Amino acid sequence: MTAAAHRTGSAAGRTGPPRTRAVPERVRSLLLGLTGLVGFGLLLEVLARTGVVPARYLPPTSRILTELVDSAASGTLWAAAGNTVLTWAIGLGLAVAAAVVLGLIIGSVPLLRAATASTIEFLRPIPSVAWIPAAIVLYGPVRAGTLLIVVYAAFWQMLVQVLHGVVDVDPVARDTARSYRLGPIARVRWVVLPTALPYLVTGLRLAATVALILTVTGELFVGTPGLGAEILRASAGGAVATTYALVVVTGLLGVAANLAFRALERYLLSWHPSIRREVPA
Amino acid sequence: MRWADRSVALLRWLLLTATLPTLLVVIWWYASRDSTHFLFRPLSDIWAAFRQTWLGPRLVEDVLPSLSRLGQGYAASLLLGVGIGVLIGLHRTLRALVEPVLEFLRAIPPPALIPLIGLFAGLGDTRRVVIIIAGCVWPILLNTVEGVRAVDEVLTDTCRSYRIRGPRRLYHLVLRSASPQIMTGARQALAIGIILMVISELQRTDRGIGYAVEEFQTSFRYAEMWSGVIMLGLLGVALSLLFRLADQRVLRWYHGVRATEKGGRQ
Repeated sequence: MTAAAHRTGSAAGRTGPPRTRAVPERVRSLLLGLTGLVGFGLLLEVLARTGVVPARYLPPTSRILTELVDSAASGTLWAAAGNTVLTWAIGLGLAVAAAVVLGLIIGSVPLLRAATASTIEFLRPIPSVAWIPAAIVLYGPVRAGTLLIVVYAAFWQMLVQVLHGVVDVDPVARDTARSYRLGPIARVRWVVLPTALPYLVTGLRLAATVALILTVTGELFVGTPGLGAEILRASAGGAVATTYALVVVTGLLGVAANLAFRALERYLLSWHPSIRREVPA
Repeated sequence: MRWADRSVALLRWLLLTATLPTLLVVIWWYASRDSTHFLFRPLSDIWAAFRQTWLGPRLVEDVLPSLSRLGQGYAASLLLGVGIGVLIGLHRTLRALVEPVLEFLRAIPPPALIPLIGLFAGLGDTRRVVIIIAGCVWPILLNTVEGVRAVDEVLTDTCRSYRIRGPRRLYHLVLRSASPQIMTGARQALAIGIILMVISELQRTDRGIGYAVEEFQTSFRYAEMWSGVIMLGLLGVALSLLFRLADQRVLRWYHGVRATEKGGRQ
């Protein structure tokens, strides 16, 4: 712990001892981040107001924000966002559950892993959007059509991470577990899980991102109700500010998901060097 | 003796690799043989459609333009992502300043941007390439930032002690250390790029593999549609194989280190 404190101190700068910098550092980056966000908004506002970018392509930030507040008051936005979140959550849940179970089984049996490797390598890179036409024909514009492509995309992301995690187990730890004759469940809990956890959490984060992308894709191209369908409607009607406002909402949704998964990561992996490093001593 | 060992290993590998896929294809072939379902056509029909559709002029007219747009978008994303990523990763203040903006921008699902990108870039090829960049650049950029940030402390200190600075530090310390993470980002970007390559071609009629598959679907030619799905699958597999070759070349040192660490301890 002392060693870590010294290192962070030397990396942070020469202005003072690490302990007094701990809190200001955090406040500083928060303030800087806010400055960045406000600056970004102002830049877009100025670009639109001065006509550098025509206002029919890029409305001023203030108009987008007003539009956002208006549509938040109307209720259709909430219904659309609710639909998007529901499709996304169901798809992600199904994909993750299937991938963890299959990944643990396939990963723990070397013969099974070798026999399925080529099939997984072939099926995984098939772009999930290739299923869009089939989803349209099979289901039409309902949730199941979008779920098909969401689950397909998220499943492989997660499965590959689970497999990597299970295979990455340290040989010394594995041999030690064997010497102590740990049973299969104890081995999963004490040997496989600590090694695989960073991979699992990464897989979850990747799968969540991909699932959100494909949820919106499905809403745009399969026609499932949700934010994507609203974006399509707004842009087809020439309501540029509304389109921007809806895109901002999808971004906020993504940010919320990222923050949630990062918090989960911090909580589950508080012992891992990549997390410990960021916390000022 | 050694030769015999090696051929046994090769035979074992062949058996393990080929058994399951062969089994699945055979099951599909026979299960669909007498299918009269309008959508689930016999595999023999799909195979015939595949040969007729994709081994003809469409390979040049539809597949090549798609791949060329993907290549342009992907290359631009790599340059932008690694360049900006290294810059942000090396400067704490800059990172704190732009991190929330980047977090927001990358959180927007790229397909949602398609109508907006259409406003700026018209409806031609530029639009499609921009759509691909808008999705591919984020995984590369953010992984580069993470990789640069997580450079080994002992190595950083060593570089400081030896006063290695400037371009040499950038190449030997920063890019080298970050390269496994950059490649991870590049791999994610490739998958997203293929997705965007396809959906950038939906809706507006033009040429391209995504367009062709959609055309088959709307004109009820389902055997051709499935052959397009298979074609997309083959493209995905081919691109991921290419990526793995590139990965092994770029990260040969890294895989070597990992292998000796594992092998040495066993």
